[in-house]
Amino acid sequence: MSLAKPAMRGLLGKRLRFHLPIAFALSLVAAAAFKYGVTEPRKQAYADFYKQYDTTKEFNNMRDAGVFESVRTTGE
Amino acid sequence: MLATRALSLVGKRAISTSICVRGEHGVAKVDDYALPAYFDRRENPLPDVQFVTELSAVQKSLKEKEKGSWATLSNEEKIALYRISFKQSFAEMNEGTKEWKSVIAGMFFFIGMTGLVVLWQRKFVYGPVPPTFESEWKEKEVQRMLDMRINPVEGFSAKWDYENKEWKK
Repeated sequence: MSLAKPAMRGLLGKRLRFHLPIAFALSLVAAAAFKYGVTEPRKQAYADFYKQYDTTKEFNNMRDAGVFESVRTTGE
Repeated sequence: MLATRALSLVGKRAISTSICVRGEHGVAKVDDYALPAYFDRRENPLPDVQFVTELSAVQKSLKEKEKGSWATLSNEEKIALYRISFKQSFAEMNEGTKEWKSVIAGMFFFIGMTGLVVLWQRKFVYGPVPPTFESEWKEKEVQRMLDMRINPVEGFSAKWDYENKEWKK
């Protein structure tokens, strides 16, 4: 029946020594995943969009569609 | 001195029935709930009193044996001594109940009742929705958003093909 005496001290320290490195590692992984999964593609998408962007053409299209209040549509 | 000796003979919980008289005055009767009580709590591992108050003859002899060397006690005797002092072991007192089933059932029931109330409200309480929800209005709204190039990089207008005038596949 004699059981081993259970651990009476150092319980918090043991828990921290186990969980803190895992917590730090997972946080770094989460940050890296967000950076390379979300922010880098987003920056790339914006760069690609504005590389091909013709400002005048888009402005004229928007003007013809009639969304501006200060610029009249062409042919008026 | 005599009074306390008499009290210890009477037994630990029976103090309420005996009143010690000192001088000419009686002491107030002690009610049961005012005495130290036994309870199984994880945060209070050693209660103020032992569980079994009136020991049987077997238990009394066991308690006498406990005063000697504990190596002579068998395992069953040790368990019997434990059960004299405590009602439930830690494993027994910590085990979960089946209460969660009632909790979940209650949750579903009240969510269902709320759903019925909401449906009734939709039919009998609320008036009609604004005209901005009609399909023609929504079509004009979408067309204006595309004309204004709302979120052209990653969002709304990015999904519209301006050359072919249709949604991108």
